[in-house]
Amino acid sequence: MTKETASTREMTGAEMVIQALADQGVKHLFGYPGGAVLPIYDALFAQKAVRHILVRHEQGAVHAAEGYARSTGKVGCVLVTSGPGATNAVTGLTDALCDSIPLVCITGQVPTHLIGNDAFQECDTVGITRPCTKHNYLVKRVEDLPRILHEAFHIAASGRPGPVVIDIPKDVQFATGTYSVPKEFPHTGYHPKVKGDSAAIKAAVELMARAKKPIFYTGGGVINSGKHASQLLRELVKTTGFPITSTLMGLGAFPAADPQWMGMLGMHGTLEANMAMHDCDVMICVGARFDDRITGRIDAFSPGSKKIHIDIDPSSINKNIHVDIPVVGDCAHVLEDMLHLWKAEKKQADKKALGDWWKQIDKWRARKSLAYRASNEVIKPQYAIQRLFELTKDKDTYITTEVGQHQMWAAQFYHFNEPNRWMTSGGLGTMGYGLPASVGVQLAHPKSLVIDIAGEASVQMTMQELSTAVQYRLPIKIFILNNSYMGMVRQWQELLHGSRYSESYSEALPDFVKLAEAMHAVGIRCEKPGDLDHAIKEMIDIDRTVLFDCVVDQKENCFPMIPSGKAHNEMILGDSGVSLDDAITEEGKMLV
Amino acid sequence: MNANANIPSSTSHYPTATNVQKPETHTLSVLVDNEPGVLARVIGLFSGRGYNIESLTVSETEHAKHQSLITVVTTGTPMVIEQIKNQLDRLVPVHRVVDMTLSGRSIERELAMVKVRGKGDERVEALRLADAFRARVIDATTESFIFEITGKSEKIEQFVALMLPLGLVEVSRTGIVAIARGPDTM
Repeated sequence: MTKETASTREMTGAEMVIQALADQGVKHLFGYPGGAVLPIYDALFAQKAVRHILVRHEQGAVHAAEGYARSTGKVGCVLVTSGPGATNAVTGLTDALCDSIPLVCITGQVPTHLIGNDAFQECDTVGITRPCTKHNYLVKRVEDLPRILHEAFHIAASGRPGPVVIDIPKDVQFATGTYSVPKEFPHTGYHPKVKGDSAAIKAAVELMARAKKPIFYTGGGVINSGKHASQLLRELVKTTGFPITSTLMGLGAFPAADPQWMGMLGMHGTLEANMAMHDCDVMICVGARFDDRITGRIDAFSPGSKKIHIDIDPSSINKNIHVDIPVVGDCAHVLEDMLHLWKAEKKQADKKALGDWWKQIDKWRARKSLAYRASNEVIKPQYAIQRLFELTKDKDTYITTEVGQHQMWAAQFYHFNEPNRWMTSGGLGTMGYGLPASVGVQLAHPKSLVIDIAGEASVQMTMQELSTAVQYRLPIKIFILNNSYMGMVRQWQELLHGSRYSESYSEALPDFVKLAEAMHAVGIRCEKPGDLDHAIKEMIDIDRTVLFDCVVDQKENCFPMIPSGKAHNEMILGDSGVSLDDAITEEGKMLV
Repeated sequence: MNANANIPSSTSHYPTATNVQKPETHTLSVLVDNEPGVLARVIGLFSGRGYNIESLTVSETEHAKHQSLITVVTTGTPMVIEQIKNQLDRLVPVHRVVDMTLSGRSIERELAMVKVRGKGDERVEALRLADAFRARVIDATTESFIFEITGKSEKIEQFVALMLPLGLVEVSRTGIVAIARGPDTM
């Protein structure tokens, strides 16, 4: 629970909002004012505890709060007005729900007597946000406000984290009531289970000890569970000697520099990770949810394995894939218990079998599935990410991305050794996520190097947040892989639609250098591989917001790839020579 | 299309296509906080995730505790039913979800009011059948009856089917309510 505040005091609803944020330890609030939240903005004006960050669009506020939350493990906070303020926030809220990011979003609402009257800037905020939040509230009485404000933080951060919306009518903001920090919450039905069932954990450890071809498959749940969970995961992986792969969301929980790391799995994962998933006999899924981008063809997914699934959300278990040993609980708790049991019972992995398994994995590794054809003429996007990684890996770096090819290349070629360093829109796949997210990350980590790896199409979706970055002197680096196409759309059109590039080419791109300058940022353009290192170094050295226009090969595709409707062992590789027309069946083309 | 075109497509990224389990009908009792929007959360979950609602009843059951009981009858494969229960349980105002069908020791009842219009022999026959079904007459005119009948859904359906040729003009049903047998509570 939160720390006890000094007193029980009379104040307005608007003041309660700010007081509750301060009591929750909120330092930054991302928002945009409007008629229905003016009382709260008035309360903000008179204090110093909470710093408001003015974005340029409410979607940006939510993504910034997401970036803030993901890089710190704290709850991100948003304040927007009624009507369009709330509806603009919906994309970000849905994104946070899909990726389990703890947020509290306060929306203004028209006064209670006008609700339902189609008032100016009225919308049914709780109705609209009900399916895209973990929980939401419409506060009709100021007496309920202190409890709801604190309960919202509790719900956002506990269990499987998620966004919570509090819709506050303007008259409730003006009304006076008694503020106190509640000691407990009346929602007695909400008790997330954090401790795993010991019988299930015992069964899991027994199964692991007998495994001949085991694999750890980990996800964002490990990151959400906190740094301690990553530490425990590392210890368990090291103790068992098993190979490990991770989803897009889980990158950084296990160090990419470690020899037991096989790279990301899934649609654009490495060959070794996907083949090992397919051929394994024991799969230990930790905080991941068997998403369709991971499993590929469901009925051919890892057919011969027994599966252990650790997840805090019971509804993630047996949703897509039947698992043999479900363990409902928080990753850190369960990993700790597993590790303890493994050591206490002096369990040993089957050394001989594991040795053979590693030999097989090394054969897959030798295929070098991430290989691409280097060029001296044009910058290959993979090369750009590789150079960016090499030149920033020794720095205190945080990476955000937009969505598309550049995101996958970043996941493949930028290697993460620590959790909370990688902020990307995984579940919802929100183009325009990365720039505002980097604003939030930079505010949370003012001394760190924060880079948004972007595409020229994605970045234009939330481009206006560049202005926010400049206003708050945030030296974020927006590293655009500019191929003039919506690259992933173009790739799918090439693979699935006979290279008919319908509306995926950007005819009229801005001059990004001039654009940056117009917004008082710094623009850098790089077109030749030979100039790249120098340009990246220049970008890093500039202590201002930089828009880096990295002009890359227009036709490069992101490989390896599990085509639609295919299984893990049916990947296509970039240099494999498999004809793309043969690679995808008619049914496969129907899928997304 | 390939040679296996007659085999149901199982190539989807999405799990529904591979479901070969048989659908079952389950009755779920959902104990919730009686607060604004709670019903919208529950039915929004069903519509948003593509689950079926065959019957739904809601009423406050414990005024002092502000709790309501929602009884929902739904159809799905065992995997989907499991999902529905877990998804319901995830909603913050939901206290408990009990699968009355799985527990196997529950009583289910439904109430219907059936309006039958007719004269002469048909009218007499309707009244006689109603008596056999222990339906009560709760309203009568010289050319109509309204019967109240309580029982399992099958009984009500049978009664309705019998009334159809005898001048049935309108049916209003409550949907199913359920409770577990024995001394234990939810």
